[in-house]
Amino acid sequence: MSEVRSSDQVDLSALVDAARQGDHRAFDELVRQTYAETYTLAFRLVGNEEDARDVTQEAYIRAFKGLRRFRGEARFSTWMYRITANCASTHLGRRRRHRHDELFDDAPVADDAPMASPELRAEAADFNRRVKDAVDRLPPKLRAVVVLRDLYDMPHEVIAAELGISESAAKVRLHRARRQLRDDLFPIQGMEAAHAV
Amino acid sequence: MQCDDVTSDFGEVAAGRLLLGGDERAHVEQCLRCQADLVHYRRLLRTLRSVRTELLEPAPGLLTDVLAAVSAAGEQGAIVSVLRGRRVAYVGGIAAAATAAAAGGALVLASRSRRRVRLAS
Repeated sequence: MSEVRSSDQVDLSALVDAARQGDHRAFDELVRQTYAETYTLAFRLVGNEEDARDVTQEAYIRAFKGLRRFRGEARFSTWMYRITANCASTHLGRRRRHRHDELFDDAPVADDAPMASPELRAEAADFNRRVKDAVDRLPPKLRAVVVLRDLYDMPHEVIAAELGISESAAKVRLHRARRQLRDDLFPIQGMEAAHAV
Repeated sequence: MQCDDVTSDFGEVAAGRLLLGGDERAHVEQCLRCQADLVHYRRLLRTLRSVRTELLEPAPGLLTDVLAAVSAAGEQGAIVSVLRGRRVAYVGGIAAAATAAAAGGALVLASRSRRRVRLAS
């Protein structure tokens, strides 16, 4: 899948205000401005395009229905992240119940320092790709917390609320997810750790 | 102090959300394995943060699908509110009719009892 850089936050507050007053075109414009970001988060949470599309669609329907409850204390995109996380959690839960999907197991890694040479840049790009692959291979429950915490910087209590788990469970999952990523990306280190003590 | 006593905190330390205490720091300073572990976590967390700024390009058609779904939800909501409005109107009408019937009944009863009183006198 190709990637594009985020155009970064546009001021959406005027659109949000108009949409809250029932202007459907303003809401459509909000969707246009934010759907790539919402889809990106959905894809990172559910790990495949088909489910990511469903989650994105569901997230906007919920946002549309709940727009009057959005008080504008957080940014619209942050609010959408929360809704998307909640939809993804519901979607994954439903999928597990109906299809009895197997959870994936762990994955591999990559690098990212200031680089001068093409070799270092290539190595960094490779490490970046390996990190993303490793995140994709995490079991969905672990992937969700690491994406929401380490990519999207959500507080533990918000993650717990949106995933329907306790805050301590969210912390434990995060710890396990990071350790799995570390072991996957740095396998020798992981093996040493396993044999140590 | 053992490696296991400190490594559980490395994720948060690497994320910049936790500082190691004096004993933990002293251990890491003299333990090459923990130093390497911390470096790995820092590299991992730095890369994860950089991934955030990348947007995936949705497949063509997603925007159209989302807008259509939102529009359908809007229409559904409008129908529901119209039906809810009608329901309120029906209930209001029934209540008004019941009130009028009760008032009429009361008037009839009152006039009859007045007539009986007049006939009796």
